[in-house]
Parts: sequence; C-alpha cells; structure tokens
Amino acid sequence: MDEKQKTISIPSNIESIDQAVVQSVDFAKSMGFSEDEIFGIDMAVREAVANAVKHGNKLDETKEVNISLRNTNENLEITVRDFGEGFKVEDVPDPTNPENLLKANGRGILFMQNFIDIVEWHNHPDGGMIVKMIKNQ
Amino acid sequence: MAELNISERQAGDVTILDLSGKVTIGEGSIALRNTVRRLLGEGKKSILLNLGDVGYIDSSGIGELVSSFSSVSKEGGNLKLLSLTQKIQDLLAITKLLTVFDTFDDEGEALASYS
Repeated sequence: MDEKQKTISIPSNIESIDQAVVQSVDFAKSMGFSEDEIFGIDMAVREAVANAVKHGNKLDETKEVNISLRNTNENLEITVRDFGEGFKVEDVPDPTNPENLLKANGRGILFMQNFIDIVEWHNHPDGGMIVKMIKNQ
Repeated sequence: MAELNISERQAGDVTILDLSGKVTIGEGSIALRNTVRRLLGEGKKSILLNLGDVGYIDSSGIGELVSSFSSVSKEGGNLKLLSLTQKIQDLLAITKLLTVFDTFDDEGEALASYS
C-alpha cells in the first residue's frame, strides 16, 4: 500500500468505531511506525472517534464522523470531524486530579495527548468539531 | 466473536475473573459491568480481576474498571487487579489510577491480601 491520503466516513454508532481504527492503523503501518507507536495511534484514533461519535454527534446515526489520514513524509496527520455542537477542551476536567480519579469518563483526551505529538481542537466554520493529531516519524 | 471473554473461578471467598481479549467501548466494557453487577447481586464482594490476557484496553475500559471498583467498594467489598501487562500498567500510571487500585503480579499474594 502506498497511499498518501485516505478518508473514512462512519455512522455515529459504537460498532463502527473499530472499523475506523482498523483502517487508520493499516494506513499508519504502511508508513513504517513501530509497534509501540502503532499502539499509541490506535489508542488516539479510537479515543478521538469515540468522542466524536458519543459526545460530538451524540450517537445520532444520521450524522457521520469523517476521518482523514495524510502521510506528509515527515509525519502522519489525522483529522477527526464530527457535526455536533463543539466544546472547549479547557472545560474538560483534568482526570488526574484527585477529585476526578474515580469518575468513569473523561480520560480520552489525556490518552490522545499522551500518545500523539501534537493534538489541536478547532471549531469547523460550517459547524462541528475537528480534532487534528500529528504523529511525527 | 466476543471482544472480551470472562471466566470465573472461586478461591475461598474471593471470586477471580480471568479476562481475555479487549476491554473497549461497547461490548467489552458492558460484559465486565454486567459480570461485576451480577457478582454483587450474589453477595460476592471480594473480586480479583486477572488482566494477564487483556491485550487492549481503552479509556472506556479503564472507566469500567473504575466504576466496578467504586460499585464493589460501595458494597463494602474489595476489587483488586492481578497480572497487569506493561501497557495496562502504563495506562494506569498515566491516569494516576495505580494510586487507586491494589495490584499484584502473583495470584497467591493477591488472594492472601483479602484475608
């Protein structure tokens, strides 16, 4: 496989998350990332897509989640877009604060930031949220 | 194919759940939740989760471990973890949950800790 770019669209249901992750991981593998890096990419894409499906599109299957992957030759650029109302990443409570340790949710962003070199959140001008993640090679 | 297989063993008062597969959003997390809920319903409050054959866990799976821990603690019981893979240990370190869970490498030691 020698693709430089790939786009994936999935409906907003839990069952489709794996499909997006598997295709993203295949793309990353074709770029020669190590096993540990692939683990991190798998984790980050899963968390970003799960957030888009659950919190962005609120499991509304009429709304898609769009994932784009780009091999820039220096890094892997991943964007995940939902069509929800958006959020401010700074409003998400720090899950490592003692008061939040026993909460069931809220650790996805922490994992994305831990495994990916650059993670940015933007509001799309036509609505929805875009997460852009860059993994250096 | 089930994402997560859970088999159950009893060692004295302690119920050991041997997990294998993936604890991720959806089926895997729900299977764990339902099993722990059922055990609590049966009055089994000493639970040891053997994660040695869990190849993958995401934030939802970690969240389920935390929820299970809280549910069991609320009932006056103890939920502890056995045989963490390096990856799971790393994830629990990142989330600072190693400070919350009692973890063991050795099953005998884990069982002894309940008495």
